[in-house]
Amino acid sequence: MTAPAVSRRPTRGATRTGGRSRSAARRRTGWWALAFLLPSALPLAAFVIVPMLGAGWISLHEWNLIGSMHWVGLGNYAALLRDPATLAAFGHTLGYLAGYLPLVYGGGLGLALALNTALHGRALLRGVYFLPVVTSWIVVALVWRWLLNPSVGIVNWTLAQLGVQGPGWWTDPAWSMASVVLASAWKDLGFVMVILLAGLQAIPTEVLEAARVDGAGWWRRLWSVVLPLLSPSTFFVVVISLINGFQVFDQVYAMTAGGPNGSSEVVVLRIQQLAFRYGEAGSASALSWLLFAVILAITLVQIRGQRRWVTYA
Amino acid sequence: MNRRTPATLAVGALALTLAACSSGSTSDPSDTGGASPAAQDVTITYTGFIANGGNEDNLAQIVQAFEAANPGVTVKVTTMAYADYGTALQTDLAAGTASDVFDVEYANYGAYQAEGVLAPIDGVDTSVYTPSLLDAYQTDGTQYALPSSFSDVVLFYNKDLFDAAGLSYPDSSWTWADEQAAAKKLTDTAAGVWGDYQPISYYEFYKALAQNGVPFLSDDGKSVAFDTPAGVEAAQWLIGKSGTTMPTAEQGAGTPDFDTTLFTSGKLAMWHTGIWMFGKAADAGLNWDIAVEPGNTTQASAMFSNALGVSATSKHVKEATAFAAFLSGSQEAAKVRLDAGWELPPISDQSVLSSYLDKGEPANRQAVFDSLDHVALPPTIGEKQNQMVDIVNNQLTEAAAGRMTAAQAVSEAAKQINALLAG
Repeated sequence: MTAPAVSRRPTRGATRTGGRSRSAARRRTGWWALAFLLPSALPLAAFVIVPMLGAGWISLHEWNLIGSMHWVGLGNYAALLRDPATLAAFGHTLGYLAGYLPLVYGGGLGLALALNTALHGRALLRGVYFLPVVTSWIVVALVWRWLLNPSVGIVNWTLAQLGVQGPGWWTDPAWSMASVVLASAWKDLGFVMVILLAGLQAIPTEVLEAARVDGAGWWRRLWSVVLPLLSPSTFFVVVISLINGFQVFDQVYAMTAGGPNGSSEVVVLRIQQLAFRYGEAGSASALSWLLFAVILAITLVQIRGQRRWVTYA
Repeated sequence: MNRRTPATLAVGALALTLAACSSGSTSDPSDTGGASPAAQDVTITYTGFIANGGNEDNLAQIVQAFEAANPGVTVKVTTMAYADYGTALQTDLAAGTASDVFDVEYANYGAYQAEGVLAPIDGVDTSVYTPSLLDAYQTDGTQYALPSSFSDVVLFYNKDLFDAAGLSYPDSSWTWADEQAAAKKLTDTAAGVWGDYQPISYYEFYKALAQNGVPFLSDDGKSVAFDTPAGVEAAQWLIGKSGTTMPTAEQGAGTPDFDTTLFTSGKLAMWHTGIWMFGKAADAGLNWDIAVEPGNTTQASAMFSNALGVSATSKHVKEATAFAAFLSGSQEAAKVRLDAGWELPPISDQSVLSSYLDKGEPANRQAVFDSLDHVALPPTIGEKQNQMVDIVNNQLTEAAAGRMTAAQAVSEAAKQINALLAG
């Protein structure tokens, strides 16, 4: 409706005069672009940019959320970098990613490959695997707490039938993060599956046929044809999973609350605790910005690195 | 895929983080009856935790009585679990969305008063309150909150289980040794029956210390005083129960309502909990009673007091104050509290209070008042209170799970809290 108007006006202007009206036309196009962007730009500004800047301002103060703010400059950042709890929180988050990423990618790829075949009832299966993705984290966390209940959970019961003494899961500092990883990978499996499935279906059958004619077996085709052609989807999955993984919160909050003894306290949980349990909104905001810097740096590195391994067909 | 997407997502995702952090408020936006300013109808809001988990109907009864006595005033009530309340209140106060009237714990009163979020209480007949409870919520001669209730922790016990084991019931002469000996005989893991249940937490630890004659903090408050053999003994008293006479964390201890369900289903012989559980225990149809908590070298019981504050930003301070006064000091509220076996009303009228003794189960209600003879108050260190509570809870939980000894837990907790106090 509006697009023809945009293209018609500059044409008319261009016939009248030269460069000045071209820049005016460009400006008009810019306004139109802005108008189209507004529906997402406004909420983005109100709920993302402004709060971020606000958090930046708060991070330079000592503030308990209720009382008056005291300027401390970069004191909160300095204190955070010295605090072993900060390092521990980043360590726990990295530990989470180390367990979560291979599980969710490996599992998602396996499912996508299996459901990309002419399987009977695969539409239903795809729906079933996607169901956890759209389920509330609180529900999933409570279910997994039950499954992993050390004394009456079905996981340890099954292990006991096999003669294995199951671990304490979320009651044991050595296993609390593993519990969170299991639940998270299970929940996100469907999302990864869908992305990779779309990637798989975009691979031209001619390429696979050609490989088969050349005598390549299943593994050879997977390794030399499918995976390289799937790399854009893989890249997307890894970037998104890393970004989300660094901000893991809901499942930790609902499953372990960071315990036992702080063994699963991830960065965002630490932010939440600092702000709302310890009354240190300044430190919490500073830690938010530190986390942002880390995620941004890692994402930039990934975007740079993609040239080496991502193949756009 | 657009190459800019990941960076944009990073920004968006962080914002979600921040948004998640700032959306902790669960209370209703304070509706100040703006639709009809000309009318006299006023709606005030009240948020609290004291009715949560079993006393909601009792609170509704008091609210109804208030509304009947104050035509045109409607009270919108929000109750939430104690565990979530502090965070929600802090967020609401920060956002300016606090209710007109809200619960204030004694431990947090000083901080809230100092921040100026409590309106001074005016025009209330304070003579109806017990003076010591009233004074606790005064600062520089001004009343900033009204005591709404007080309560203590006693030893609940299941008479049938004691009878079946051929043991005599607990009484005020009992010590830790008596409790332990009975708990061992009462525990029957094959039948799923446990002898004892006491939360392994900060709130039990400072009390156990007091029961063993050990102060939590040094006299000057600058370091802890519990890193002693007697302090280790108190820690051992708590953690030693786990897995012997009391279920472990892996068996469910520490999860919400676990102990309540255990006791009300007749599978728990002795239970250390607050008198606010009378109603639930009575509803379970058990044969039960209470006793003063056993001590070791001396008796000591936990006493808690709550109050009602009126928000300094309330648009209806007069109505809000009237409601706070009604909910805390009125005869109607006192009657509901006493009849229901809820927490005790803070009123000074001894004739009303003494009726509490004849309100039925548990029979030995005198123990509730006897416990007040030896009170152990929670140690407070101001701003870093929650860090201190978390340190004690973490170390005790580790020791209870057998991952460290009581002595190691005590010395580690002492080390961390001393660092906190010095920092």
